[in-house]
Parts: sequence; C-alpha cells; structure tokens
Amino acid sequence: MKTKPVKKRAAAPRKPVQPRKPAQFWQLRLYVMDKSSKSITAFANLKEFCETRLKGRYHIKVIDLLKHPQLAKGDQILAIPTVVRQLPRPVRTIIGTLSDTENLLVGLDLRSSV
Amino acid sequence: MKNNGSKSISTKKLLPKCPTGIQGLDEITGGGLPRGRPTLVCGGAGCGKTLLGAEFLVRGAAEFGEPGVLMAFEETEKELKANVSSLGFDLEGLVRRKKIVIDYVHIERSEVQESGEYDLEGLFVRLGHAIDSIGAKRVVLDTLEVLFASLPNEAILRSELRRLFRWLKGRGVTAVITAERGRESLTRHGLEEYVSDCVILLDHRVTDQIATRHLRVVKYRGALHGTNEFPFLIGEEGISVLPITSLSLNHKVSAERIATGIPRLDAMLGGRGFFRGSSILLTGTPGTGKTIISCNFAQAAALRGERVLFFSFEESPDQIIRNMQSIGLRLEPLVKRGLLRFHSARPSLYGLEMHLATMFKEIATFKPHVVIIDPITSLMGSGSDSESKGMVTRLIDYLKAGQVTSLFTSLTEGGHALQQSEAAMSSLMDSWLLLQDYEGNGERNRVLYVLKARGMAHSNQIREFLISDHGVDLVDAYIGPSGVLTGSARAAQGALEKAALLTSQQEAARRKRELERKREAIERQISVLRSDYESETMELRRIDEQVGTSALMLTTERTASGILRQADAKEVARTHSRSRNGKKKS
Repeated sequence: MKTKPVKKRAAAPRKPVQPRKPAQFWQLRLYVMDKSSKSITAFANLKEFCETRLKGRYHIKVIDLLKHPQLAKGDQILAIPTVVRQLPRPVRTIIGTLSDTENLLVGLDLRSSV
Repeated sequence: MKNNGSKSISTKKLLPKCPTGIQGLDEITGGGLPRGRPTLVCGGAGCGKTLLGAEFLVRGAAEFGEPGVLMAFEETEKELKANVSSLGFDLEGLVRRKKIVIDYVHIERSEVQESGEYDLEGLFVRLGHAIDSIGAKRVVLDTLEVLFASLPNEAILRSELRRLFRWLKGRGVTAVITAERGRESLTRHGLEEYVSDCVILLDHRVTDQIATRHLRVVKYRGALHGTNEFPFLIGEEGISVLPITSLSLNHKVSAERIATGIPRLDAMLGGRGFFRGSSILLTGTPGTGKTIISCNFAQAAALRGERVLFFSFEESPDQIIRNMQSIGLRLEPLVKRGLLRFHSARPSLYGLEMHLATMFKEIATFKPHVVIIDPITSLMGSGSDSESKGMVTRLIDYLKAGQVTSLFTSLTEGGHALQQSEAAMSSLMDSWLLLQDYEGNGERNRVLYVLKARGMAHSNQIREFLISDHGVDLVDAYIGPSGVLTGSARAAQGALEKAALLTSQQEAARRKRELERKREAIERQISVLRSDYESETMELRRIDEQVGTSALMLTTERTASGILRQADAKEVARTHSRSRNGKKKS
C-alpha cells in the first residue's frame, strides 16, 4: 500500500480513463471450483476489495465450474480462480487468489482511481 | 476432478495399442499409439504436427468409432476445419455429428493479469467437459506450449502440466500432445519430461532441392517399434508414412503361372510363363524392345480379363498406344474396357516419396493384377541410391503382399557392365530378362536371355528377338563354332546348312537307289539259276519216266512172247505188273 501512490502518479497521465469512472456500475464474474481453498480465498479477497473500492456499485456473480463446466469456454477460462470484469468495458481478466492487490488494481484498470 | 484421478486403466499388461489409421504409422509402431497414454509429437514449423493430431482424431472418429476432443491453442475452430478439409477430412461433419469436439483455447498475456496463486483447473474442467459430452477416447492438445507464452508463472504451469498428463492417463484417453521442436532438446519447453510413454519426432528437410518430411519414433516405452527415420507425405488423403523396413518377408506366394503374351518366351520359362505375384525385371539398352515386351505382357493379361496398371515415366499413353499399333498390338480397346490403365508422369514432377504415394494410391484404387513400371530407372534418378532401393523394396513388397505381378523395365547405358549396374535392384527381383543389342555384319539385332527365374526351369539359351508388324517373335539364334549368329548372318548360315542338308539327302537317296539296283540284279540272277535248276530237274524226271516206260514195254513184250511160248508164264506176268503198279503209287 505504501508503494501504490508512487506508481499511481506515474501511470495516471498515460491513461485517460477518468471520465467514465464516476457512477460506473461494475459487473464481475468469479469463476471458482467447488469450495477449494483458492476459490474461497479469492472470493473473500474480491469481496473485500469491492467493499472498499466500489461500494454499492458492483455485482459479483460466482460461477462454480464443477456445476457448470460448459461455462468455462465462453470466457476462455483456464486458470482457477479467475475474475472477469464484464462491465465496464473492456473486458478484463485477472487470475489467481487476488491476494496481490497491486496486480489486481492493474488488472482491473483501477490504479488511477481512488 | 479429483475423483477422476483414481480411475486407472487396468489393461496395462499387454500394452494395448490405439490404431491411428494413418497409413504406415501403425506399421512402424506395431499397431498404433499406446492406448490410454499421452504421446508427444514434436517437430519444427510446418512439419505436420497439427495435421497428424487432426488425422488421429478424424480417423479415430470415422474408422474406429472413437470420438475425440481437439483442444487447439493456436488455431481457431474455423481455421482448423478449413485447413483439414483441404486434405479430405470432414471435420465439420464429424463435429456436427458429435464425434469430435473442438475447443479453441485462447489466452492473451496482455489481457490477463496475475494476482496471487492459481491453478489450471479451468483447463481440466473444459477438457473434462468436452470428453464427457461425447464420450471421447482420444484427445489432441495442439500446441500446449502456447501456454508458456501466455501464462507468466512457469512454476505453476509446469506443476499443472505434470498434473494434466497424470490426469489424462487417469481418464484413460489416448492423447496426442504436439510441441515445438527445441534447439537442443526435443521440445522447446521440455515437455518430453512429462510425456514419457511415446515420443514421435517430425522433421522437414531439403536435400538436393527436394523437400522431404521424415518421421521417427524416438521412444515407445514397453513396445517394439521401428527406430528408423521414415519419409512421410502429406497428400490428398492425409499423412502417409512409408516404412521401408517394417514389412517382413512373409507374403503368400502363388504357384499359378501367367503367360507373357509371347509363346516362345513362355517356352523359355519352363513352358508356362511367370509366376503370379512375382516381380520381373527387364533390363536393356535403349531400343531393345523393353516397352514392347511390357505391352505384350499387358495385352496378354488384359485379354485374360485381368486389370493392368501401366506406369509410364517416359511416354504418354497415347504415344504408347500409337506405337504399339505399329507392331499389331491393339491396346486401345483394352483401355476402353477398363482393363488397362495408363498412368503417366514425369519423374522430376515430384520427389520419390510422392511418386511412391501416388503409385500406391493408384494401385489401391484400381486393384490391378499386373503392374508395369516403365522404366523404373528414370524414377530412381530422382532420389539417392539407398532411397531408391528402399522405395523399390517397398513397392515390390506392397505388390507381392497383394499378389500383384510386377514388371519393371530398366534402362541401361550400353556396354557389358549392365549386370553390375543393376545388381542392387536385381536381387529383389524374381525373374530377370536381359535384352541386348548384338552387333555384327553391319547390322544390329536384338537378343534376349533369361538371366534368372526363381523357382522354375528356364532356358539358358540366347534367343533372337524379332519385331515385325504382326508382333514379336523369338527365334533360335545360331550358336556354332563361329559364335552367335543373328539376323542375316543367321539366315545365311541357315541357308548354308539347308544346302548341305540337301546334298547329303540327295547322296543318301542315290546310294539307296544303287543298292536297290544291286538287289534287283542279284534277284534276277537268283531267278535264272532257279529256272536252270528247275529245267534240269524236269529233264531228270523225264529221263526217269522214259526209263520206266521202256522197262515196262520190255516186260510186256516178254510176257507176250511167253504167252506165245507156254501158258504158265501168265502167273509171272501178273506178279510183274502188280509190283510195278505198287511202286508207281508210292
């Protein structure tokens, strides 16, 4: 968390994403595998992240591939867990337990915000 | 997915094989890829890895009733379908009939962000779902190594790949994993470390401006396999590997004999021609009539109702038909009846393997009884010696296995070294006829020998080979103290002999007549002598009778005078006459 502001400054001028941020609704999909530890960790991390950053304007849909294996093809899922940001566009994919918040921010294109 | 790992295949003892259906590959591997195990196929770009995988699936689904999953990491479903359909595979139809599932896995590094730990359970789920949806028995992963480029964390990837191969084995599917050839190792990312059951290496290299693909089974755990490098082709019907050494010498043989179309030649070959299914080599210098003998053989076979396939590498079919017309062979009706088929191609058109493959294809579709290759030498020129010999071996084996009689003509560069030049090929042949020019008396004549004919008594004599407008004939060449005489010299010698014979015949007749005359003279003498003798005998008898008569007359006179003298003389006269009568009777 300490290093974040430094990087943020460097990245901000490059990305003119400011105008579409306010009041954006976030639609996220979390692909998990049953109740594996990685899946549970990922869900907890995502939930926590969204609560702090996107409170009130996000929706997480958890998809259990054990129950719906056919859904893996659509979003090109290979790794578990995977978060797919459906909205706002463009679609973004983050794989892993989301324990690395810095990378998660990069993945969700949120580094310049907040 | 975890519970799937416990399912293991029980039939490991015999190492069951999964036939690929790819021409030649099953022969090399002794039946196919190891069933229920992954096989690694590696090779550089453009080697045909994807195609091999696709053919494995398509043939599995279409010919062996084993549905398959193709997980493509490089090409999309649409691209794949288009690519393989150009090779005659109906991938689209198989997908529609739910025999094959294609799953295109696409992962772009720039679009994916890593955050924390993960595994590739998603890949397993997708693969598992695809397998379950059609009950797949075969899986192809093409090219898994793309993942190394897409996923930054190699440590995770490696451990997951290890898990993937174990998982595939656990599912009992026969898998083909393609991988890019590495600089120093078999694969760029060391996949061979995970797949240890069977490794096939593909290679594409150019020698003498002719590009040839090669296939080698580097490793096949628990099974015998051909270890050599085998040329393979990607033709109109997919891959065909040409194993040269995999065929063993155990084909069935026929004792049936087939006529050559030249009666005298049949007579030279023990009276009944060649064995069915044997291989015949016909060598000769230019213009000695190789094609003519071939066409005679073809015509004879076709007239018996057999199918003949004529591969011509020097003349076009029309030209052969026209030329043969001039010696009274009418091939056109046979072509029209579908008994004779010509296949003409320039030897330099493509490489040796491609020629061989096209020939195999023609043979497989036409199913001939007799195959003629005219000439084999021009074909052999398009490859190296060992390749050519291998190819001829392969061709002969293939033909013999199908009991097809094969006739190869071979062009030799004049001179007498021709036996040597053909030594490499002749040992593969069952019969060998040699046509030669014989020069002398200002003319060239053709002669023919039977150099060898396995399994039959054959003439060891030279025959003069005559070509006239009503066909071919063989005549005895004159062999005498002055050497072999052919052509007009033979005719002259024949005339000379005829004259000598006539003279001796006349002499004999004269002697016979003389003898006859002598006999007649003797007989005449004999008859003269006999008549002399007979006349003398007659004379003697007449004298004898005269003597008797005079004696009787004497007695009679005496009796008459006795009567005149005294009566008792009667008795004496009576006894006298009786005794004379009795004497006469006897």
